[in-house]
Amino acid sequence: MSEISYRQALKDAMIEELEQDENVVIIGEEVAQYNGAYKVTEGLLAQFGPKRIVDAPISEAGFIGMGIGASMLGIRPVMELMFWSFAYVAWDQIINNAASVRYMSGGKINVPIVIRGPANGGTGVGATHSHTPENFIANTPGLKVVCPTTPYDAKGLLKAAIRDNDPVYVMESTILYNNVGEVPEEEYVIPLGKADVKREGTDVSLIAHGPSVLVCLEAAEILESEHGIDAEVVDLRSIRPLDEQTIVDSVKKTSRAVLVEENKPFCGVDAQIAYLIQNQAFDYLDAPVQRVSAIDAPAVYSPPLEKIQLPKSDVVIKKILEIC
Amino acid sequence: MTKSSVSENTKRQKPAKAILAKDAKSPANANLSSDELIDFYSEMIRIRRFEERSLRAYQQGRIAGFLHLYIGQESIAVGCISLMEENDHVITAYRDHGHALAVGMSMNECMAELFGKSTGCSKGKGGSMHYFDPSKNYWGGHGIVAGQTPLGAGLAYGLKYQNKKGCALCFLGDGAINQGAFHESLNIASLWNLPVVYIIENNGYSMGTSQERSSMHPDLGLAARAEGYSMNWGHINGESIFDVREGVKNAMDLAREESKPSLLEIHTYRYQGHSIADANHKKYRTKEEIDDYRKNHDPLLLYRDYLVDAELLTEKGLKEIDQAAKTEAEESAKFADESPFPPESDILKDVYWEEDNPDQKLSEGRIFFND
Repeated sequence: MSEISYRQALKDAMIEELEQDENVVIIGEEVAQYNGAYKVTEGLLAQFGPKRIVDAPISEAGFIGMGIGASMLGIRPVMELMFWSFAYVAWDQIINNAASVRYMSGGKINVPIVIRGPANGGTGVGATHSHTPENFIANTPGLKVVCPTTPYDAKGLLKAAIRDNDPVYVMESTILYNNVGEVPEEEYVIPLGKADVKREGTDVSLIAHGPSVLVCLEAAEILESEHGIDAEVVDLRSIRPLDEQTIVDSVKKTSRAVLVEENKPFCGVDAQIAYLIQNQAFDYLDAPVQRVSAIDAPAVYSPPLEKIQLPKSDVVIKKILEIC
Repeated sequence: MTKSSVSENTKRQKPAKAILAKDAKSPANANLSSDELIDFYSEMIRIRRFEERSLRAYQQGRIAGFLHLYIGQESIAVGCISLMEENDHVITAYRDHGHALAVGMSMNECMAELFGKSTGCSKGKGGSMHYFDPSKNYWGGHGIVAGQTPLGAGLAYGLKYQNKKGCALCFLGDGAINQGAFHESLNIASLWNLPVVYIIENNGYSMGTSQERSSMHPDLGLAARAEGYSMNWGHINGESIFDVREGVKNAMDLAREESKPSLLEIHTYRYQGHSIADANHKKYRTKEEIDDYRKNHDPLLLYRDYLVDAELLTEKGLKEIDQAAKTEAEESAKFADESPFPPESDILKDVYWEEDNPDQKLSEGRIFFND
């Protein structure tokens, strides 16, 4: 095992897949000569050359659509969005073309693309740069979406995403890039659709994805030391496909659920999770399912307000104390 | 830098008979055999008769949704696709029946698809706007205006990446040229020297809005916008299948040999409305305009006359080919009628490659969410 950063884990995943499959190509803005806006692709151009690591002009619809077209011929583009907030300028390609071409052709075509990049707020960049669109992607049949929280998860899931023959969108976070964690030396892949219980517990299930998982882990520590409550933290890791079994097993064990996500509440991922829990574990629940999401407004700029707008452990704890 | 080959015929002339006879001698066409020349007619008339039969089927309630007919534009699909070689690929928008038949898809599967039957080329899952056949290098069939233009750049990118000598033909309408995705595609294609030939099938109208009312462009036409991207461009007279072949072949050679893109503008016309739902197509156009095209500029009728004048076919021979096309179209409607609809279980198929290939599936978890 070695301790590496989330950023390094993503890079290692790309390096390993670039080495193993000549059809893998990295495309994005500033990924090559600039070494990556967030340094995730640092060094890749030097190692693999300009055919495999490609700088795109600021044309998300253009280069992502191009990648989708190339993937129909067997190329496996891994396309970086500098921010997932920029996906909307390419939304027609990302939703209509990537998700529908297989279906409309009666299964004659597949689109083995990956689109990856940071989907997060909390960095003072304002409303148009802080989106977390995993819920929109999850709503679209034909697409897959994952949200890794730790370096271990980031590497394993990105490798799985690149090898997947369907479009897989990877939601990272700039806030997580510097976090370090243990990653095996030997090669490993994490299958899509598997959640991970990051902390076992008995009294309440905290179910989250992305940086909210870390918020839940922090809340769990405080709950144990200050309130004598033993919380279980379930990291979804994969939104679509979804590890429903782990969610339901956890809630059946604890009888209480608090869902935490950085996204806004209406039709966020947790709205779906809440439905699933009450539908499949109704008789096990001792309290209504609770949610903590971002405060329901565009991402505010002013730093102290932005801090309040996003899920924090004190808010999570408050919610839990309402039902425990 | 940029080459431009503005044909002298950017405005249609009449009579056009002499034009075909002259165009037949151009390098791309001079060595065609009689069989090949007769085949062009047969392919064009097959498209027309298929479109006419599908129009009737629509009026009889057999077809749902939209139907964008290619009648009047046949020379473009047949001319361009006749130039395709092993590593060339083609993609177009929703006026795609002509291209589908030209690459060799059958009338049966195309008609069955319109009827929504399981024997359709997309198993009934796609409909009129979404014909695909990768085995014939044909990548659709796309509903969003200009949505296919980045895909066309992608096909070219893929060919170049795989070191294959070939090009991508990406068709679009005159109404698509103002979409942002198209401009992004032109820039990327030119910047990265992608072997893509963008072909504007300019029938003068984007749905009900004439070119004059929608597009700003240089005096030299829509294709001249390519100057803004330092890209090769040119005009082609769609009423002459020979001019189509000559102009497009030059662009395909440029793509294949030098990996450089082009933007071509082929002047053509459609008899029917934008789609079957277009009730106004005789209001935003005049009867005189439509009749003028039919009388003087219809590529199919002009080609018919050319074949007769060149003594390649007699009137009797032409009638036989026409009748065969009509019969084939009629039988495809019968085939479609007698075919079954897809089973309900088909709704959840062809969504994910992994779900359709369970023995190779690596992911776990739940992928569909209805209860």
